[in-house]
Amino acid sequence: MGYPGYPEEFWDSIEKVEATRERRLKEVFKRITPEEKEKLLEKWHPDYRPEGKRALKLGPNKGDYVPNEVADILEAYPLIDPNDIDLEDIDYDVDVLIIGGGGSGAAAALWTNYSGIKAENILIATKLRFGDANTKMAQGGIQAADRPQDSPPIHFIDVIGGGHYANKPELVRILVKEAPLIIKWHEELGVMYDKDEHGNFIEIHGGGTSRKRMHAAKDYTGLEIMRVLMDEVLNREIRVIEFSPAVELIMDTSGQVAGAVLYNLETNQYYVVRAKATVLTTGGFGRLHIQEFPTTNHYGATADGLVMGYRVGTHLRDMDSVQYHPTGAAFPEQIVGQLVTEKVRGLGAQLVNIDGEQFIYPLEPRDVVAAAIIRECYGRNKGIVTVTGQRGLWLDSPMIEIIHGEGTIKRYLAAMYRQFKRFDIDITKEPMLVFPTLHYMNGGIEINEYTQALNADGEPIPGLFACGEVTGGVHGKNRLMGNSLLDINVFGRRGGINAAKHAKKAKVGKLTLKHVNVWITKLKESGIEPKRKAPIILPEYRGKRALSRSINIGF
Amino acid sequence: MTAQKTVKKLKVKMVSIYIMGKEYKVPEGLTIHKAMEYAGYKLVRGVGCRAGFCGACATVYRFKDDYRLYTGLACQTTVKDGMYLVILPFVPAKKPGYDIEKLKADFSSIVKLFPEVTRCVQCNTCTKVCPQEIQVMDAIQMILRGDIKSAAELSFDCIACGICSLRCPAEIIHYNLFQLVRRLNGKYLTPKSQHLVQRLKEIEEGKFDKELEKLVKMGPEKWKELYAQRVIE
Repeated sequence: MGYPGYPEEFWDSIEKVEATRERRLKEVFKRITPEEKEKLLEKWHPDYRPEGKRALKLGPNKGDYVPNEVADILEAYPLIDPNDIDLEDIDYDVDVLIIGGGGSGAAAALWTNYSGIKAENILIATKLRFGDANTKMAQGGIQAADRPQDSPPIHFIDVIGGGHYANKPELVRILVKEAPLIIKWHEELGVMYDKDEHGNFIEIHGGGTSRKRMHAAKDYTGLEIMRVLMDEVLNREIRVIEFSPAVELIMDTSGQVAGAVLYNLETNQYYVVRAKATVLTTGGFGRLHIQEFPTTNHYGATADGLVMGYRVGTHLRDMDSVQYHPTGAAFPEQIVGQLVTEKVRGLGAQLVNIDGEQFIYPLEPRDVVAAAIIRECYGRNKGIVTVTGQRGLWLDSPMIEIIHGEGTIKRYLAAMYRQFKRFDIDITKEPMLVFPTLHYMNGGIEINEYTQALNADGEPIPGLFACGEVTGGVHGKNRLMGNSLLDINVFGRRGGINAAKHAKKAKVGKLTLKHVNVWITKLKESGIEPKRKAPIILPEYRGKRALSRSINIGF
Repeated sequence: MTAQKTVKKLKVKMVSIYIMGKEYKVPEGLTIHKAMEYAGYKLVRGVGCRAGFCGACATVYRFKDDYRLYTGLACQTTVKDGMYLVILPFVPAKKPGYDIEKLKADFSSIVKLFPEVTRCVQCNTCTKVCPQEIQVMDAIQMILRGDIKSAAELSFDCIACGICSLRCPAEIIHYNLFQLVRRLNGKYLTPKSQHLVQRLKEIEEGKFDKELEKLVKMGPEKWKELYAQRVIE
């Protein structure tokens, strides 16, 4: 007997979770009132800790408070010396350059192509492999109001309430209105969504939804969408250049964005790309480890797009809010911080403390649940503490098998089942230990309905488009589950259509990196020491000892 | 408040691993990725999501005096003493292009694009090496029988790490083949949603435009009211 995957000191608590399970199956925890919500967030959500943020010293958002880790990369010197780059010698001359090979990049590339730009005149530049992005890791699903009892306006209210009414409403309208169109596009491409025998989507709740509108492909929803979009990009022979992140945007002398400098991570050489339209789809910032949180994000999520965009004048919004996913794995150590999809709660699993008691309605919006877990662990001391000092609470996954029948977890949560089984934990029988983890960049580059990047005056920066997680406004100060896979498709599509439209009539003049020199001067004037460089491209995880002995002798 | 700050000093046992034959001492219990970083590697190739979803970090390993070749994902596999390992970040493979609109969901469409599928000798090596524990060979056999739907479902959890294709004596490119099979299934062998068609028609007719326009203009106070009045399904 016992629980081979868990240390013995957890066993008593697991038995309590089992003992209360039958009673809890009938128990619905009271939903939080708006007043309680405000109090809870203020006291326990990491966003409300003043020491985690500072005001930016320069740039379009001068004076705005952002997480210290974001300020560190925005107030940093360029990686390249603009004088080293020969802009006359162009390596790639294209109509549309897409920076980033995730979901929004792939969607943008396809819709650029559908809009009449030939495949050979499109270039996707990406840091790692094409498709190595947070999109692939999105498990739970994608929202779209397509059932008769649901509607885009109902979806609108969920999105804007979840976002604390800080969203840009014009963008929310597009998100909810174009959602069904995206699902149809996917259906035609052959995405294998979960359906019943009549072709109806199997749709469930996500945190903060008032209707069941979460479409899923098991718990590999993002992977399934990403690989189908990738397959289509490759079928259409759109060019992709991998292991070559952009390190700086290029402008022309008329002040429009006109391409980028790429850096080949393997040969250390740069490439000059000239483009009539440039689309930033670089994603978010999980790998900055805001407030030292672990993250669910992929290895390249270092917010390079924010850095490059900021230097050409893009305005950022809602950067003061960060999404911590309530349920990151807290045990075993090897997977701490990795995502435990919200779908686990969507299918009925409750969150319970060391005594097997509930403390929050499991499908409140993410920031609320995250704050409640932190309060339960640190305010009420009702969490489990692991040998490394990591705290966590139980997510009672076996409830799913009782509610929906045996085999449900293996069928609909195959990834989760597999991930824990590797470490001898059977989530069909044993609960999972969870704690909040850094998940999503709520804010980002401000865009308009045409995905044009805006400056501090709200004017479009000519030639520059942005879509997906790198942008802000769609989700306000808190994104709901299932709206990011939606965002990258809806706005990726718009990015592609509008970049194509722009490229057809744009004329690019003489290329310049003058803005980078201007930025360097401003940094110096603001008294910023030249010790930090950005974009950082990849996080630094080398062992302390190894790193302290690392020297570059340029052999 | 965060986990890292409360970590206690623990006594950690060190193990020897051999990265492409070169010995490094690393703490027990780390994943292969973290162990390589501990040793001083800055990973560029063979790393992606670090959570078992992207297939970038297919790894093969052996132990001294053990003839068997083991496989796993570097982000999900824990190092063991005496492990000789190499990450194989890239598998050269053909990916035939096609227009999904012009294909039929049948065996002949598939075999034209992936003729090598018929060379399967049922050795089952693909299944044995799959880090996702997919019944790979069974899926290939289903394709050969023309059972596209079953093959699509059985191969669904594939993360395209490519280990099966490296080991296959018939030189089948399983992950590209399965991608085609899944798209054929999703597009042609699964009934279309009727609700969706109805909703798209309503959107096209502008059914929600007025209400959305009103919502956009409403502002936070009214939104708050509406949010508080929501009826949850």
